[in-house]
Amino acid sequence: MNVAVVFDGVLAAGLVWAAAGALLGRDRYRAVILFIVFGLLMTLAWVRLSAPDIALAEAAIGAGLTGALLLDALGGTTAATAGRARRWMVLPLAVTVAAVLAAVLRALPVRSGPLPDAVSAALPESGVTHPVTAVLLNFRGYDTLLEVAVLLAALLGVLGAVRHAEPVRLASAPVLQAAARVLVPLMMLAAGYLLWAGAHRPGGAFQAAAVLAAAAVLLALVGMISGWGRPSLRLRCAIAAGPLLFLAIAAPLAGRAALLVLPPQHAGLLILLIEAGLTLSLGFLLAGLFLALLRSDPVDTGKR
Amino acid sequence: MLEFASTALMLLGAGFFFAGTVGLLRFPDVYSRLHALTKADNLGVGCIALALALQADGLASALKLLLIWPLALLASAAVSYAIAERAHALGTPLGDAGADDPP
Repeated sequence: MNVAVVFDGVLAAGLVWAAAGALLGRDRYRAVILFIVFGLLMTLAWVRLSAPDIALAEAAIGAGLTGALLLDALGGTTAATAGRARRWMVLPLAVTVAAVLAAVLRALPVRSGPLPDAVSAALPESGVTHPVTAVLLNFRGYDTLLEVAVLLAALLGVLGAVRHAEPVRLASAPVLQAAARVLVPLMMLAAGYLLWAGAHRPGGAFQAAAVLAAAAVLLALVGMISGWGRPSLRLRCAIAAGPLLFLAIAAPLAGRAALLVLPPQHAGLLILLIEAGLTLSLGFLLAGLFLALLRSDPVDTGKR
Repeated sequence: MLEFASTALMLLGAGFFFAGTVGLLRFPDVYSRLHALTKADNLGVGCIALALALQADGLASALKLLLIWPLALLASAAVSYAIAERAHALGTPLGDAGADDPP
């Protein structure tokens, strides 16, 4: 049998196993770990499907940041296990979602229709050479703008719900701080590369921002930066800068035939500007989802 | 020759991963499981990165593959320290089969 078929089979089985374990498991800690495993396996699946852009986003946001958030949330709950009734309630929901997905998948044409050809035909006018970036920031730029707005709203919700006013700083060991001192500069470098690479290969603002946010989460976990109590004015400006820059570029274009159509002669520069602003702001924004919720460690405060 | 060396390193790496996995499943407590796991991380990843670097087309991608090794070494050393330290702080005893259960 073909090695690739075996690999894909094992991958698919692993995905189902991790998903079932994460949804139906009794132990919450185990469920969260399986959720992270699911995200990593999903990353591999996207690579196998030749979608490296989605794979990057899945690894950084799906498995990494969401995993960190879930683990953090776990520290705040008292019950280690989920009740049986609640667990089995998930099952019909999951089956329904799966059935809807399967129905949609059947309805989709096998070949993806006229869109890929239309994208490659318009690519020379987009200002970039990577089709995914062209779609995200030029042809469907308003989708991206609204996604950023949704994330911003999510952060505002978190900031509104958090009660502690004093920023928390975790205690940590020198070993971990030394590791972070080596890793964080490399992560900054990787984020810069992802931002720059987005114009002609997989990468872009979201992936770069997720790496920046991961660096901030790492620094917070090893106690080198503190969490957000109430974000300062400077921080709020940094969060708003990217979306505002995007809006400032979008506003003069508002009178044109379609929404957010970038003028072809400046499209490359405008996309780079938008992406640079979004990388900074999304980095703070995604990090903020974690840093705003940072609590003091129950073990460190309770036992030492 | 290069192909042979690469295959041999790959097999050696797989061997370390296998031993590490068996150790992870069979060892009695957190600390000895960590010991097994870091062997797989440190030596297994190293062998496989080296094997892939031998097959890489071009020096740049070979060096990128080799860069994975020290980064994995650093991360695995720091993370296993963190896990062991936390287990110790929580009072996880040595040699207890149920010791990996989360608090």
